[in-house]
Amino acid sequence: MNTKNFDRSRYTHFYNQMCRIREFERAAIKAKDENLVLGAIHPSIGQEAAAVGVCENLNKDDILLSTHRGHGHTLSKGADPKAMMLELLGKVGGNCAGKGGSMHIADFGVGMLGANGVVGANINIAVGAAHAIKLKGEDKIVACIFGDGAINRGPFLEGLNWAKVYNLPVLFVCEDNGYSATTNTSETTAGGGPVARAQSLGLEAETRDGNDVVGVDIVTKELIQRVKESGPHLLHLTTYRLGGHTSTDPAAYRPEGEADGKWSEDPVARCRLMLSEAGVSEDELAEIEAAAASEMNTVYELARDATFPPAADAYADVQDIGDPRKEAF
Amino acid sequence: MKTMSYLEAGREGLAEMMREDTSVWALGEDLGRGGVFGQYHGLQDEFGKDRIADTPISESCILGSAVGAAMMGTRPVVEMRFADFALCAVDELVNQAAKARYMFGGQARVPMVVREPSGMWRSSAAQHSQSLEAWYTHIPGLVVVMPSTPADNKTLLMESIRCDDPVVYLEHKDLWALEGPVDDDVAALPIGKARVARSGSDITLVSWSAMFHQAMQAAETLAEKNVNAEVIDLRTLWPWDKQCVFESVRKTGHLMVIHEAVQVSGFGAEITSTVTENVFRDLKSAPQRLAAPRIPISYAPTMENEVRITADQIVEAALKQTGK
Repeated sequence: MNTKNFDRSRYTHFYNQMCRIREFERAAIKAKDENLVLGAIHPSIGQEAAAVGVCENLNKDDILLSTHRGHGHTLSKGADPKAMMLELLGKVGGNCAGKGGSMHIADFGVGMLGANGVVGANINIAVGAAHAIKLKGEDKIVACIFGDGAINRGPFLEGLNWAKVYNLPVLFVCEDNGYSATTNTSETTAGGGPVARAQSLGLEAETRDGNDVVGVDIVTKELIQRVKESGPHLLHLTTYRLGGHTSTDPAAYRPEGEADGKWSEDPVARCRLMLSEAGVSEDELAEIEAAAASEMNTVYELARDATFPPAADAYADVQDIGDPRKEAF
Repeated sequence: MKTMSYLEAGREGLAEMMREDTSVWALGEDLGRGGVFGQYHGLQDEFGKDRIADTPISESCILGSAVGAAMMGTRPVVEMRFADFALCAVDELVNQAAKARYMFGGQARVPMVVREPSGMWRSSAAQHSQSLEAWYTHIPGLVVVMPSTPADNKTLLMESIRCDDPVVYLEHKDLWALEGPVDDDVAALPIGKARVARSGSDITLVSWSAMFHQAMQAAETLAEKNVNAEVIDLRTLWPWDKQCVFESVRKTGHLMVIHEAVQVSGFGAEITSTVTENVFRDLKSAPQRLAAPRIPISYAPTMENEVRITADQIVEAALKQTGK
């Protein structure tokens, strides 16, 4: 590795973010195993480099749309892990007031307009957000992250076509972990995949190693500039989901040894090795890891000890006109 | 005060809102050429292609992108061309638009209007004729508006655009050419307020959209037979003006709900049940529904007419119900 131009402080920060995501996911899985998280969670362990490499390049007022596997994206966009964990547990103080849970994590305060429980549904919403940015003449972009399964849904065609037709500032990111829920995506996908499909609609598109945080960082920075100058672009990041579809999915459908083999490409370990080779001391790396674990343990404890919202809150924030708490006339 | 058509009134309402508020814009297929019925005629000349946007035939993206644009603080008016085609965007309306505010704990507002030309006109068959309003009333988060007159089509469209909730706005295709008086300076009409269009003491006829006009015609005939029907134009189905209906039923003791949609699980069921639960003691007869049989809409007029409710049918049913 050429360490001469290596931005040590930037990637030390990236490593810190990746460790925070991993520890958040571990704490969430623990909370799920203890029945503190009641609904399903979709951990992103193994996909941290894609999340950090993309989202660390977004400004606070750039917009992010994410997926059901969105904890990493949301944290990297700047959301408070306390509010996120409270939401996973359905507690007071959660980002979504206990109404959404893991699959609907959102933090509008940092431009994160929501995870989505429907695969591919965020694509149309993202192009609409970009349409609004264009109408208002603002200088920001929308990053829309979806999985490989989403390219087989209609919004992938409709949304990418739309973004190109109106030349909207959207960076589409296909985070390809190889699995559509529990089925190998290659078994259910015709043709050349996300890049070929995007190119057929006139978008520039490219594939990168999604487990190489530096590579993702460099290409994202460049693509954001190009999105601002010339419209939508698709970035296809290959990665691997080191766990199951949900935290309780043993993923027995995977070929024996596949996941074990993939641990050798673990993006967190790869980043650590790279930093180590660049001269970051073992002490500093260990300190980052310990701080991340400690932070997320505190977050876990806070959420565990928090209270559920009162039942009456179920009637709030439905709608103004026709509000269920009052008669119309 | 001037006379204009239901279609022109809607167009004027949208144009006035676009002049008043630069965050209002419209998107849909063929809008630059005026829209499929001419509801947008001339608007692209005034407001440009960005604010009267021609879209691809991508219903899911038309509606879904409006959700994103609404969450970003603009006020999109979505044209779905035919109510039937909005079914290509059910996820975007039901799972996204209707849920975003709630699901995100109040962080989002989705101020959008989904215009869906609805109902039967001649020989358009099963995919261009449906009245699906009851579906939308079932979805928490949505407001459902169905204007029946030019004046209401202007005022209610303007109020729907001002509203911070997603509004399903169902205009009836058979009413486009209907002319009526529209005030130059439209006083705001709150969404959810019904109108007692004709006062009477013998039976309450509740309806909305095109069927309201059949109810009014029936009331004329009934008057000749010494039955004074009170006719209520509900105007909006969610929220619906329960108090207005209760008050009328307390007076007349007889309730009939007339709608163009299929009777089974139609909104008439909601109204008759709610009235029965709340003003049972004032009822002199079981509340009745007059609505379409549960069959798809045909092309040939002989068969198509089987799903039409006529003023004559309303008269006959009202005489039977009141025992006159």
